[in-house]
Amino acid sequence: MDSFAFQAPTSLDAAVALLAEQRQASVRTQILAGGTDMIVQMRSVDRAPRMIVDIKRIPETRSIQLGEDGLILGSAVAGAELSARDDVAAIYPGLVEAADLIGSTQIQGRASVGGNLCNASPAGDTIPALIANSAICQIAGPGGWRELAVEDFVVGVGRNALEPGEFLVALRLPAAQPRSADAYLRFIPRTEMDIAVASAGVRVALDENGVCTAARVAIGAVAVTALLVPEAAEALIGTRLDDAACAAAAAASSAAARPISDKRGTETYRRQVVGVLTRRAAVIARDRALGGQA
Amino acid sequence: MSEAISEAGAFRQIGTRPIRPDGLDKVTGRANFGADFSLPGMLHGRFLRSPHAHARIRSIDITAALAVPGVKAIVTGKDFPDVAPGDIEGGEGGGDYHDMAVNVMARDKVLYHGHAVAAVAATSTRAAEEAVRLIEVEYEPLPVLLDIDSAMAPDAPLLHDHLYTEGLPEKPARPSNVAQVMESTRGDIEAGFAEADVIIERTYLTPTVHQGYIEPHACLARWGQDEQSTVWCSTQGSFDVRSMTARVLDMSISRLKVIPTEIGGGFGGKTTVYLEPVAILLSRKSGRPVKLVMTREEVFRASGPASASKIKLKIGAKKDGRLTAMSAWLAYEAGAFKGSPMVPGVMCVFAPYDVPAFKAVGYDVLVNKPKVAAYRAPGAPQALFATESAMDELARVLNMDPIELRLKNAVRDGSQASYGPKFNAIGMEACLQAAREHPNYKRPLGPNQGRGVAVGFWFNVGMQSSAEIHINEDGTATVIEGNPDIGGSRASMALMAAEELGIPYQDVRVLVADTEAAGFTNVTGGSRVTFATGMAVIEAARDIISQLKARAAALWNVDVEMVDWVDGKVVARPGVNVEADPLTLADIAGQAAKTGGPLLGRASLNARGAGPSFSVNLCDVEVDPDTGKVDVISYTAIQDAGKAIHPSYVEGQMQGGAVQGIGWALNEEYIFSAEGIMENAGFLDYRIPVASDLPMIDTQIIEIANPGHPYGVRGVGETPIVAPLAAVANAVNAATGLQMTELPMSPPRILAALEAAKG
Repeated sequence: MDSFAFQAPTSLDAAVALLAEQRQASVRTQILAGGTDMIVQMRSVDRAPRMIVDIKRIPETRSIQLGEDGLILGSAVAGAELSARDDVAAIYPGLVEAADLIGSTQIQGRASVGGNLCNASPAGDTIPALIANSAICQIAGPGGWRELAVEDFVVGVGRNALEPGEFLVALRLPAAQPRSADAYLRFIPRTEMDIAVASAGVRVALDENGVCTAARVAIGAVAVTALLVPEAAEALIGTRLDDAACAAAAAASSAAARPISDKRGTETYRRQVVGVLTRRAAVIARDRALGGQA
Repeated sequence: MSEAISEAGAFRQIGTRPIRPDGLDKVTGRANFGADFSLPGMLHGRFLRSPHAHARIRSIDITAALAVPGVKAIVTGKDFPDVAPGDIEGGEGGGDYHDMAVNVMARDKVLYHGHAVAAVAATSTRAAEEAVRLIEVEYEPLPVLLDIDSAMAPDAPLLHDHLYTEGLPEKPARPSNVAQVMESTRGDIEAGFAEADVIIERTYLTPTVHQGYIEPHACLARWGQDEQSTVWCSTQGSFDVRSMTARVLDMSISRLKVIPTEIGGGFGGKTTVYLEPVAILLSRKSGRPVKLVMTREEVFRASGPASASKIKLKIGAKKDGRLTAMSAWLAYEAGAFKGSPMVPGVMCVFAPYDVPAFKAVGYDVLVNKPKVAAYRAPGAPQALFATESAMDELARVLNMDPIELRLKNAVRDGSQASYGPKFNAIGMEACLQAAREHPNYKRPLGPNQGRGVAVGFWFNVGMQSSAEIHINEDGTATVIEGNPDIGGSRASMALMAAEELGIPYQDVRVLVADTEAAGFTNVTGGSRVTFATGMAVIEAARDIISQLKARAAALWNVDVEMVDWVDGKVVARPGVNVEADPLTLADIAGQAAKTGGPLLGRASLNARGAGPSFSVNLCDVEVDPDTGKVDVISYTAIQDAGKAIHPSYVEGQMQGGAVQGIGWALNEEYIFSAEGIMENAGFLDYRIPVASDLPMIDTQIIEIANPGHPYGVRGVGETPIVAPLAAVANAVNAATGLQMTELPMSPPRILAALEAAKG
């Protein structure tokens, strides 16, 4: 590992200014949140930053604001901090579970949802859950402040939509509708300490009669990026999320998947299992939404 | 966990569960493992490893690498002496010294991806890594062989131009990738199969797997200008490291001292050398101590995994379940050099059963993968995966209880073992009966759940051991022995010494000494340490006791025939007239100077009479029909330990072996690209089970005393990994109606089989 400089700005403005300065000077700069992906990657030769900017001392990246407008989740909030918030888990249980699946207890002390998103792995656990929850990325940079739908944030394997000098400050999730809930499931051959072979995040909202009025389905590890699957959502909307509807959503997810065969699973297997996960996640989300009604 | 079934009741300390002497250091991080030693002026070494699975080395240019600041030495194959062929003595598992030398550092060819091509020693790891990048090697790639079928094909490209199949009636005309053929037969198998009402015939496949020890290989070497070298290393056999390193470097054994560090797992994988000869050579070239530590990736690519296998098995039986004949064709991958565990595979494939006719033919097959090393009961898990899967299928076809079927055919005392000797005092039936009565065999099963039964077996060995016991002035004791402590052997040695000497366990310290301080001792392997080294400790203690008796007799001025050792004291026999209060060890040790000097007992032996250990495993699984995922929901290991010296560590062996076997059955495998590059060289994608994957492994120790050991001990370390492969497969088959014959039973493979079964 080569030597590098380290800075930890304490405000958004200072961070933006620092990043602009580094960009001007063409210094290879890396943003540090939890570091659980980044530090491992730094040990491999091809990623040797000369400047590391730790964003954890910026208050906006560390706060969890839950209000009538929804949730604003700072990009550097650790998984363990998020898991400790029962109020958040009551509304976005799938997202909290997704965050909780990353790594081990030790990793959870640092790993953040924002970092998981920026790392842009096709198998990142929180990404389908964020997409299902219609999350919006709040980005600071030299051009000011901008927002971007989370499904447009990841643009390729390990690549995100951040421009040089920009960084992810927070994720904004819209307020939950009544009788709505989410769920996230991934498949791994083990019980923990593993990477998704396929995954699915589902959010549904029901009316008083239990009929689905809105749905979002996202799948992971079955394409270069997590995918929003509108066809699967359409299969759910207008139904009571019965077996037939969930099976139709499963088929839509399988059809939308563009998986590869690799050491973690075959193409056929991933296509099949992403459907199973979609179906199961839809059932869990439905039951949660109905449970909320009771 | 159920209590041991004990037949002996006379022990005071044997069979208790004290804390192991090395426990506190290990749980607090104070213990020193292979990578924990450093010396002033020490250099750090790194390897250049082959990017090809098979290639000729045309040239190596180290000029640019040598110019990197901080680089002090570089070695390549040219720096190593030529080593004559010869069967490796010691260690565990087969092989040849010439091959070992070439495996340590490639000469004219690289034979697997990751094969060492050069090594650099530098003042920092970074400088060494930079130098490794600057070494220029010109390769001529050669065809790559990655499986048994392609390596055995008649027109297959050759790994070695001068390898001719051994074990054939005549030396073959052409070289081959098959290093050895071995056949074992008894009776008339044609007649046996003709007589059968039912025949089961299938081909079973198992993948290349790794032992998965947590501590990577590591060593520190210091070459002295007086030509004396010292090596600190993590190994299962310091004397083997000494002899192997001396052979590879063509040096006298007297020039080399090997100091074993604490060891973070080995399971057979640390019974050979990879780093030590290279470190010594780098140290000689640089004049400084050199440390070499493998990365996890190097451990996967370039240490010694366990053989992949292909086994064609056929068994015939009467309607009542009596076996009439068994035949097996067994091929084991050796990796790039000869010496797979084919021979023990052939010897054990029918070992649990009394069958009138059998024939087993084994093949030792070379492929472009790292040379295999021992892995707990080498060869047996693969062989009994086949046998025990077929037995289970036979039980299903005959609609018989799988334990009844096995009891009907089980070897018992007096049975002629398929591998030669007559069995005496074995626990096969006792384990089967215990399994049949076990509550876990009667537990009701839910939907998608299934139960599997399988038998495990291992021969166990004795071999050479030495032990010394030094008695301190206050009557406490130090045991000195030469087996690195992998599974709690210090505790077992201390218990045996304490039992004999009549002193508390806490008063015995056990030192695992280096090759100059301990008497010659074979490897920690073959499930031999508690048996053979334990026997040496017992004999060394008895040596002390005979000296105590002589000294007491001298103090009392009576004939030594007139004193006895009773309950930890020397007592005068009835009829002795002098005043003779019983004397303890402490009493005599306190007057050592007056009675003949320090008390020192010793023993060295080549232990005979190692008793085989049988086991029965019960496994319940639940299979997710939509994803093919298998969850083990209950697991029970029942095993004959002869006598459990320290029951917790016997149970630990049983549990650990079960966990490794379950991993082998469900998810572990080397995944190779077509070019022979391992694609999952890390614990993320080489999936050993994690704790949350498994239920608590239930254990039941059976104690059928081994008549070949003073306390009845038989080895327990290897048998535990033998039964799980088939136990899990049989459970999966019971849950799904499938007949899985290929490991691992990973979710994609099971789901594909379920889909295929649907039609």
